[in-house]
Amino acid sequence: MFATGFLVLAACLLAQVIVGDDVWNRSAWRRYFFPGFGFVMGLAMWGVAVLASGSTIHLIAHFTWAQVMMLAGGAHLGLARGKLQHRFWRLTMPLALGVSGLAFLGHEEHGWLYSRSALVHHICGWTLVVGALFPLGAAFRPRSHFFRLGFAVTFVVLAIALFALRDSGPALGNAPSIARGDSRS
Amino acid sequence: MRLMLSPVRRALTRHRLSAPRSRRIAAVAAIGPLIVLTGLLWALAQVDRLPLLNPDRHGFWSLAVEPPLLVLLAGVFFHRFIALGLIRDLSGSEVD
Repeated sequence: MFATGFLVLAACLLAQVIVGDDVWNRSAWRRYFFPGFGFVMGLAMWGVAVLASGSTIHLIAHFTWAQVMMLAGGAHLGLARGKLQHRFWRLTMPLALGVSGLAFLGHEEHGWLYSRSALVHHICGWTLVVGALFPLGAAFRPRSHFFRLGFAVTFVVLAIALFALRDSGPALGNAPSIARGDSRS
Repeated sequence: MRLMLSPVRRALTRHRLSAPRSRRIAAVAAIGPLIVLTGLLWALAQVDRLPLLNPDRHGFWSLAVEPPLLVLLAGVFFHRFIALGLIRDLSGSEVD
């Protein structure tokens, strides 16, 4: 479900780059969609933290993640409404992506090829850490198509990785997984 | 489907749009169908990702969330609720 949300979000960000802010912001619904979505995702993350966390590090990672997502969503809602003016509020988005990436990497204790879940966690983590550079650049150069396109592509990669998470197969094709305890690998 | 595409066709044909503007409309109109096509190709390439075809072997959650169908629905949602409005606004801004 999160993957589907990210896919729709990526399509919206891509469309916003294509049409430009003037056309995109004509509809209030569209203007508030992205920050509102981020805020709601942050709220939902509290539920994930409580229900799906198996250890202290999982709990801390998910709680931190929820807080930065809500901060970024709230700040961008304020920017969209015009209540917040200073451009430094835009830095909450790279902060949210960076912290989310570190949370992904921090609570995955296994190596890249331990299992498909571990591989997806590493891919998502590094995608978010690298992807944080795009909103960081866009905060200082808001008209740059490169940074905005990179931001949209970050969510496309995230959506693809999260859709792959549901597979319960080995990390890479038919290669024996370390998770099965194969000592020869 | 014809009803869904008609605003796109109207926007592309009725108004004499500048080339970059018409390219933008075409690009926005293409995003949704491309996502739908991706979902269809995924469903055909990995039929086993559709538990709906073999419901007895799967639980409720697997049956409720079918990834290729979700991709397909995401494309339809984007085209129906976001892209068409954007295209209307984009073609309207050219007329203004």
